[in-house]
Amino acid sequence: MSVLSKPWIWAWLAALVTFAATIGLTSGRGTGELAYAALSFGAFAAIVGMGQMLVITLGPGNVDLSIPAVMTLSATLALKAMGSEPGTALMGLGVALAVGIGAGIANYALIFLLRLPPIIATLAASLVYQSLAIWSNRGLRIRPPEGLADFATGRMLGLPNVAWVGLVIAVVLWAVLERSIWGRWLLASGQNMRAARLAGIPVELVRATTYLVVAALAGLAGYLLASFSGGAALNMGAEYLLTSIAVVVIGGTSIAGGYSNVPGVWGAALFMFLVVSMLNSYGAGAGVRSVLTGAIIIGIVIAASTRRLRT
Amino acid sequence: MPDPGIAPIVTLTDAAKHFGAVRALDGVSLTISPGECLGLVGHNGAGKSTLVNVVNGGLAPSGGEVTFHGGTDALGAGVRSVFQELSLCPNLTAAENLRIAHGGLKGPGWRRRARAEIRESLDTVFPGHGIDPGAEVDRLSIAERQMVEIAIGFAPRDTPARLVILDEPTSSLDAGIADQLLDHIARFCAGGGAVVFITHMMGEIFRVATRIIVLKDGRVVADHGASDFTRTGLVDAMGHVAAEDAAELSERRTGDEIVRTEDGLAACEGEIVGLSGLAGHGQAEALARLYLGETSAWRSRAVPPMVFVAGDRGRDGLLPLWSILRNMSISILRQGARWGLVDRAAEAKIGDEWKRRIGIRTDDVTNPIMSLSGGNQQKVLFARALASEARVVVMDDPMRGVDVGTKQDVYAMIRAEAASGRTFLWYSTETEEVCQCDRVFVYRAGRISAELTGADITEERILEASFEMQEAS
Amino acid sequence: MNVIARHRIILPVVSLAVLLAATFWLQPRAMSYFGLNLLFNLAVPIALATIAQMLIIMVNDIDLSVGAFVSLAACVTATILNDTPALGVLVLALMVAGYAAMGVVIHRLELPAIVVTLGMSFIWGGLALFVLPSPGGTSPGWLRTLMTVKPPLIPAAVLAALLIGGITHLMIMRSGLGTVLRGVGGNTRSVARAGWSVTRLKALAYGLAGFFGVLSGMALVGLTTSADANIALRYTLLSIAGVILGGGEFTGGKISPVGAVIGALTLTLAASFLSFLRLSPDWQIGAQGAILILVLTARLLFNRKGVAA
Repeated sequence: MSVLSKPWIWAWLAALVTFAATIGLTSGRGTGELAYAALSFGAFAAIVGMGQMLVITLGPGNVDLSIPAVMTLSATLALKAMGSEPGTALMGLGVALAVGIGAGIANYALIFLLRLPPIIATLAASLVYQSLAIWSNRGLRIRPPEGLADFATGRMLGLPNVAWVGLVIAVVLWAVLERSIWGRWLLASGQNMRAARLAGIPVELVRATTYLVVAALAGLAGYLLASFSGGAALNMGAEYLLTSIAVVVIGGTSIAGGYSNVPGVWGAALFMFLVVSMLNSYGAGAGVRSVLTGAIIIGIVIAASTRRLRT
Repeated sequence: MPDPGIAPIVTLTDAAKHFGAVRALDGVSLTISPGECLGLVGHNGAGKSTLVNVVNGGLAPSGGEVTFHGGTDALGAGVRSVFQELSLCPNLTAAENLRIAHGGLKGPGWRRRARAEIRESLDTVFPGHGIDPGAEVDRLSIAERQMVEIAIGFAPRDTPARLVILDEPTSSLDAGIADQLLDHIARFCAGGGAVVFITHMMGEIFRVATRIIVLKDGRVVADHGASDFTRTGLVDAMGHVAAEDAAELSERRTGDEIVRTEDGLAACEGEIVGLSGLAGHGQAEALARLYLGETSAWRSRAVPPMVFVAGDRGRDGLLPLWSILRNMSISILRQGARWGLVDRAAEAKIGDEWKRRIGIRTDDVTNPIMSLSGGNQQKVLFARALASEARVVVMDDPMRGVDVGTKQDVYAMIRAEAASGRTFLWYSTETEEVCQCDRVFVYRAGRISAELTGADITEERILEASFEMQEAS
Repeated sequence: MNVIARHRIILPVVSLAVLLAATFWLQPRAMSYFGLNLLFNLAVPIALATIAQMLIIMVNDIDLSVGAFVSLAACVTATILNDTPALGVLVLALMVAGYAAMGVVIHRLELPAIVVTLGMSFIWGGLALFVLPSPGGTSPGWLRTLMTVKPPLIPAAVLAALLIGGITHLMIMRSGLGTVLRGVGGNTRSVARAGWSVTRLKALAYGLAGFFGVLSGMALVGLTTSADANIALRYTLLSIAGVILGGGEFTGGKISPVGAVIGALTLTLAASFLSFLRLSPDWQIGAQGAILILVLTARLLFNRKGVAA
């Protein structure tokens, strides 16, 4: 199999081309800064995107619309628990993850017990999470503890710390999908839920853990984003609703389920950021950026479907 | 017999239909004329549904000719079909379903006219039916849905009905309602209409058919007036005159009973139990119920209690994006795994071993599963089940599209595994396969109609139990 | 089969009635011409957007671009339609045609509607920024007059809801073509077998959805007198919730236009109900989620009973 036939390569090539086009304009000045910014901001989209990827891998109808609300809620509660006190970073992380996992349990309970389609279950739950966040936040902006803010904005070996976190998660997820039994179960369930059940796979267990993992990742992303940007804001997650789905699709993961693509999500997350900065540096407005993003998403789905029809 | 003075409705001249190498219809010549009620019988896979789909214009024949008289196409010639699988829109009412088929119902007041038309048709076919034409179809019982579908088939739409094809129309109707339908068929034919009637109820065929056609292996093997047949003669015409080599079935010893279900299905250790009867009479559902009841969607055990071999590969078996190896190993990943990780060395070893043992034709088991032919895909599904240590193997008509050589290999493998104490529950649409079993349950209309053992397992006995031999009333 | 399972519409009606009764009990002054108008004013554009979403769900698809599309329609209304009416009408008509084309592409290429509409939401949003880069614009005078008209006896908002529900009911539930459209959701194969072109039917469903999306944007501008590119983004989720709340289902063509309008009214009322409870407005959004979960739980319970009986 040649490199070009790997679905993730396209997202990375696209990211590289936009990167080159952007620095071409400035004749190489600011290359390092652009790469650094792309890795920092791309990390958040990549983390929630990888979670969304797992859910979409479960097959048609599976999608988590509560990611933005879970991000906001866990960030708000974690910052409140830490109260800007030094030395509370780990406790805050625990709170954020616990909130995420709790939301995941609630989401799956709605799906399983009320037999709701995942779209409507996660949508209804997200409205409640959003209100919880508004209520607990009360318009206050609590700053993250000093050490945590330094970590979130700091760097190690030249790479942003948040990108390191995103990379570690990517490696772990890649290993889980490629090497573990649970990964095999997930991929099999997404290809054909009925066949997977008849092959002896505990499909409900797989679904439950998947919805838990995506919510936990959203909690982590919210925690990091709030620490990165100096506090939780109520609309901090909003843009990640559509972005999380978009990076999954652009990254080459099959929207029909059963095929995950971890490197592609990272490539797509970088690409999404770089397109914006490229268009910015060419002086294009927000309208052009948005139209282009939409055209890219639709182009990719059409390309993927014609490839499917040909084979 | 067709009257030469009346123009026929549809004529087939040497019509053939091939699906790949399979000759589903192998040169059939047939004329259907007004006033005829044609009983169509044949074993599973004899080509009944292919013939029906060629007659109703749903399939273009790969050879020969189909001519519709009195219209350019099947719909124009007044040919309608009522299928066994329900083809109504469940979210619409009976009257609204008529609207979909009858384009002429439009303009103000169409709902009233549609209700009147469907009610009139229902009243004609099933007097005293009690169905509300304004009720949504998914609120109706299965029998009522079937009645609505039949009524739409007979209703005068843009063109009047001239030939109505009924595929197992009475399978979900009770005796009284079925009676009304048979009466209506007789009236309809007497009034110059024609009917093609497929059923597993012998009594019904002899009651309404004026002419009976027996299909076997895609050919018409008998075509006479109904009075020229006797019941046993009809069964003989359908079946093979197979040379019985029951001798090779030596009495095998079986152990304790390890499967018993509420509906009476049972199996002992080391036993090969067959499920037979006409296709779609509840065998597959019984096996699925058994399997889903014995396994959990929440827990997995290192050694599953039961494994499943799918026959409908696309729906129940294949994981189409994966390699042969991954498809094969999915049920045995937990055997000997540590830390929840896949032992890839062991997986590869098992893959090579089973590739050799069951003879999968590929140079590399990491090739995609979809690169294999249907028969080889099926072998992979067998390997998936047999490679596990499960004591019970459930097989849902697993030999579809498998070539003869492979079948013999698999039969031998099943016998060897059974000898070592494994239990097999084997639903098959091919009587020849069922005759290899130690015990056979014959299904009819969702229930077990006979349990045969030893020398009783013959094609005749199975056919008898598959068809309702009593009077239909 | 019990009564509630048979008549999908009962549960939405009861939910709205209970919520309305509770509101009146807490705040008797709401039980007046002006009170009702105030309660339901903003429900009109939401109801129209919900109908648009319902038309897509009717043919077994889902639309993630409703909110962006309504925003674009609002921006066009507040600028082009106000400045050069003829051009404005043309642009809005093109948008409807674009929606129909989207349906054709989704059907012919067998694309997942959820992703195509996701992509389209970025495109509509971008176009809205072109048309109206920063919040502003003006509502055409006639539209403003229409949206603030004070008919005798019945408040305008209630009258509008009745009209929307009644007209779409006639269109989708009573007309022959509407019946065939619902048939596409119920059993596409049998509709195709009866000789219908499913591509054309899908184009019609999407085109109608686009038409109601445009109406929603116009109604919104008529109420708020100005627009911005993000004005209706939350309509995407609200409209999905409204359809389901109104007794609709994601698959099988089981939808109810009257129910969808009632669902939209219920969601609007749920948000303002809390202010009467003197609860913090923080819970407004959450109340919508809670109502959604409550009603769906009730539906499940009644359906279970229906199956058991």
